[in-house]
Amino acid sequence: MWSLGKRKTSFMNEMASSAAVTEANPAASVNYLNYDKSIKSWLLTVDHKRIALMYLVTVALAFLAGGILALLVRIELLTPGKTIMDVQTYNQVFSLHGIIMVFAFIIPSIPAILGNFVMPIQIGAKDVAFPRINLLSYYVYVVGIIIVLLAMLFGRVDTGWTFYTPYSESIGTPILFVTTGVFVAGFASILTGLNFIVTIHKMRAPGMTWNRLPLFVWAIYATSIVQVLATPVIGITMVLLFLERVLSIGIFDPALGGDPVLFQHFFWFYSHPAVYIMILPAFGVMSELMATFSRRAVMGYKFVALSSVAIAFLGFLVWGHHMFVSGQSATSSIIFSLITYLIGIPTGIKVINWVGTMYKGSVWIQTPMLYALSFLFLFSIGGFTGIMLGVLGVDIHLHDTYFVVAHFHYVMMGGTVIAALGGIHYWWPKMTGKMYNETLGRIACGLIFVGFNMTFFTQFILGSQGMPRRYYDYLPRFEHLHQLSTVGSWVLALGLFLVAGYLLFSLKRGKNAPANPWKAVTLEWTNTTPIPHPHNFTSAPVVTRGPYDFHLAPEVFGYTGDGAVADAVPTNDAPATQA
Amino acid sequence: MGENGTFWLPEGASTLSPEFDSLFYFVVIVSTLIFLGVVGGMLYFSFVYRRRNEAEMPEPVHDNKLIEMASVVIPTVLSLIVFTWGFKMYVKMYVAPPDSYQVHVRAQQWSWEFDYPNGTKSIGELHVPEGRPVRLIMNSKDVIHSFFVPAFRVKMDVLPNRYTSVWFNATKTGEFDIFCAEYCGTAHSKMLGKVVVQSESDFTNWLASSQKGSQTPVEHGQTLFTQMTCNACHTIDGSPLVGPSFKGLFGHEVKLADGSTITADENYIRESILQPGAKVVNGYSPIMPATYSTMASEDVDALIAYIKTLK
Amino acid sequence: MATSTTTAQVDSNHPTHLQHHFVSSEQQFDASKMGMWLFLITELLLFSGMFVAYTVFRVWHPEVFDHSADLLDWRLGGLNTLVLLASSFTVALGIHYIQIGNKKATVVNLIITIVCAAIFMTIKYHEYTGKFEHGIFPGGHFHPHEAFAQYNVPYAAQFFSVYFVMTGIHGFHVLVGMGLLTWLTIRTARGDFSPEYYTPIELTGLYWHLVDIIWVFLFPLLYLI
Repeated sequence: MWSLGKRKTSFMNEMASSAAVTEANPAASVNYLNYDKSIKSWLLTVDHKRIALMYLVTVALAFLAGGILALLVRIELLTPGKTIMDVQTYNQVFSLHGIIMVFAFIIPSIPAILGNFVMPIQIGAKDVAFPRINLLSYYVYVVGIIIVLLAMLFGRVDTGWTFYTPYSESIGTPILFVTTGVFVAGFASILTGLNFIVTIHKMRAPGMTWNRLPLFVWAIYATSIVQVLATPVIGITMVLLFLERVLSIGIFDPALGGDPVLFQHFFWFYSHPAVYIMILPAFGVMSELMATFSRRAVMGYKFVALSSVAIAFLGFLVWGHHMFVSGQSATSSIIFSLITYLIGIPTGIKVINWVGTMYKGSVWIQTPMLYALSFLFLFSIGGFTGIMLGVLGVDIHLHDTYFVVAHFHYVMMGGTVIAALGGIHYWWPKMTGKMYNETLGRIACGLIFVGFNMTFFTQFILGSQGMPRRYYDYLPRFEHLHQLSTVGSWVLALGLFLVAGYLLFSLKRGKNAPANPWKAVTLEWTNTTPIPHPHNFTSAPVVTRGPYDFHLAPEVFGYTGDGAVADAVPTNDAPATQA
Repeated sequence: MGENGTFWLPEGASTLSPEFDSLFYFVVIVSTLIFLGVVGGMLYFSFVYRRRNEAEMPEPVHDNKLIEMASVVIPTVLSLIVFTWGFKMYVKMYVAPPDSYQVHVRAQQWSWEFDYPNGTKSIGELHVPEGRPVRLIMNSKDVIHSFFVPAFRVKMDVLPNRYTSVWFNATKTGEFDIFCAEYCGTAHSKMLGKVVVQSESDFTNWLASSQKGSQTPVEHGQTLFTQMTCNACHTIDGSPLVGPSFKGLFGHEVKLADGSTITADENYIRESILQPGAKVVNGYSPIMPATYSTMASEDVDALIAYIKTLK
Repeated sequence: MATSTTTAQVDSNHPTHLQHHFVSSEQQFDASKMGMWLFLITELLLFSGMFVAYTVFRVWHPEVFDHSADLLDWRLGGLNTLVLLASSFTVALGIHYIQIGNKKATVVNLIITIVCAAIFMTIKYHEYTGKFEHGIFPGGHFHPHEAFAQYNVPYAAQFFSVYFVMTGIHGFHVLVGMGLLTWLTIRTARGDFSPEYYTPIELTGLYWHLVDIIWVFLFPLLYLI
């Protein structure tokens, strides 16, 4: 734990001191990073931008921890039988990989980092509606995760991240910590979602109508609704599991008169909408990237915006598709399968509209755009395989095999993580005032793309061939595919470490970034880089154009396209600093 | 992968596997075609519309209602086709043929036990005859397991508090893997088994030779019926006593004290033995003692098998 | 739109309670209320999980649930319902009085609300200890004593588990509410609130109404049917 604090401190100091050296723009020398460099000013900040960066550090560490656990799983699976660890260790390693990746990494990821940083500025606000609750949310998240990790001190956590009863009730004391930790961490998600909903409703700048909201904001809005409505259900599920362990209340444990399938219903009622918490923000990032790097408004704006809301709503109706073989009735399975297809439709609308955005656009290939294109490739595979799993008869064979593992890694990693990386690269100059090395950016993206497909496409085949999941040992005929998958994981890890390396390096030695390196026209690009202190805008913006109206943005492109008047008051950035 | 399988799928050995395989390949192919369209379009546009100079300003976007409608209608049509096909197949997978050969499966951490109608028991190896529908009635002794035979394309969770069932009709002789497909603890990946599909004659011989003079489940159940004094309160000739008669009970509608009706299936009988007050039959008092609540699942299975014979 | 400075000033444009990221008191109040409503929706969902558990077990074992409910005294439950409804009324009155600037009346009404809550908790305490005396505990410890042996049927333990968990979690929320109301009473007496700014009372009032409404559903489901 000490190294965590130390790295965080030096990271903060590096960012702060390098930002002060920016001096390309004297007027921006007092910015949100350097106005106060003390630890206390960071730990007690109520500035949404600083909170976003704290989340970035913690979430990145969670990703590192979860990622190392994944590498260990894959090394163990190089050979059948024991490779580097015994079966009880393995079962805990894969369980913790899932728990950390889901609760500590991916659920907060884009909303807590990019949502916090970018969304208020994109709507022209000074901060979120409840800045102190925002800070509280961060600490609640950290405490929750610590409680979950403490469980390891008391025994074996080897239930998988799904904690199915009655097995999860047989592992003893650790389940008390895990349930408490998830309950607490869930509150962070609820508070963030609540904060964002109120912010988007109440704090938009004058002229920022719902139809002019950037699609990233629409995505964050839909995500926040899901966070607020779904997370309490995992909360009560954890409470009931806790009480069953402590008071033997007999709700899920058949030995006490309970029903284990009831647990599955409760669990998936949250956990399915949770996957939309994971992917909707990624869709939002995608819209921003496609627009900026095609220099064209996203095609079908209204459809894309409303499809986010449709997905959020439909996501609550399909939880039973995780339970087709659970023993639930055929009628339930049929209904859940039918509605599952419906979710594919708004998702398909988005993909078609993103590709259509490039049509007759001005496509600029930079690292963020490479991630966006990778997303289209990888998420499409994930999405189609999701539909396949929704086909009733087919799911019977594929359920609980590596096919499912491959599917969700394609959507969560090939989708959310790729989009998050794209977003972090896109907004990196705005957040840090620095540019990263573009060549390394492209190389890393390539490594990640190749490594990811090597790791996970093989797992589709393993699954359809019958290899079950959560297996320590396996039949010899699956060995070659497992080895291919493991080697892929090394390539993937190399790419990810390269990203971390050059991003951290850019803080110290990177070129100072101009205010608007991508020539984007959403509000966050209209002020200096990094963002000034004390307010996001030198004067309150009045919005008169849509979020992707490049042709109405003379202050960015140096000319007045068709006579439209510049709206956002030009910042202290002189035009010469715009490259 | 495997001697006779394809790139994607293992060798199919049941009546359902050809249909499964067709649907699977159909969805794979359609998905791949659409995927190639999306990725192809994306790569093509990236190249053809690449930025040629810094000041380029594309025409503003105009909404194309036709594309939007197409991207709703086409996926919907495809979805309905695939759903209907999957639904039909699922119904076939769900409903076992009426004359299926029934085997009881008991799952426990970490092995599979099989009980055959003639009293034979086997551990780890499920012997079945080729070309006949086999229905498995499954129960777990501890946590949730899942019975998975990739070659037959069947899977069903095995629960501790009730029976689940699955059926198949094996079309080839040979040995096929059984996996446990629901994480159940330390040795989950070692909870393997084999389905041994034999010709009718080989199967009959195996059943006879493995019997070792043990009772069939039906005989065992008949013994238990008197041994555990069920006959003190229940008759087998139709006349009501302290409790309802078992004659003609299985598979028929029962009216309960609260007015609702329920079909007397395996789960109903199991619950009535282990939790006697849960569903009291109309016209009787809830006085069945709770002493049977700890009955071993083998004995419950045997009593059910016996009651099934009382037509 | 006024651009505010980093430090608050006490003038007509910038009252002390206005936080710097809001442009007006009205925006702040609206945002706070919306935030509170969203939080209450999450509370409702939390309780709804328990209502679902209750419904599922009731549908599976209707007679047992019916019969076991006889052991709950509907008169005590009914009294508790009236007490909570009264307390909702008094907290609403408290808000009304602060809106017209009558600090004293607000304090009185808040105190009455707290007293009502205390009466509720006392009655619940009485009910719980009564159950414990007869061996009726939640879950695994459910062993009704001789006179109540007839209630020792399968799945009766589930009914009482649901009863204790639902009323227990509800009671916890009542206690939290009592704490909040006490803090509010002190702040009101101290002069922190006025017709221009009484947001914390409004928000706590909303919370209290939710606690009340949840009980209004709990009572008939557990005691009456």
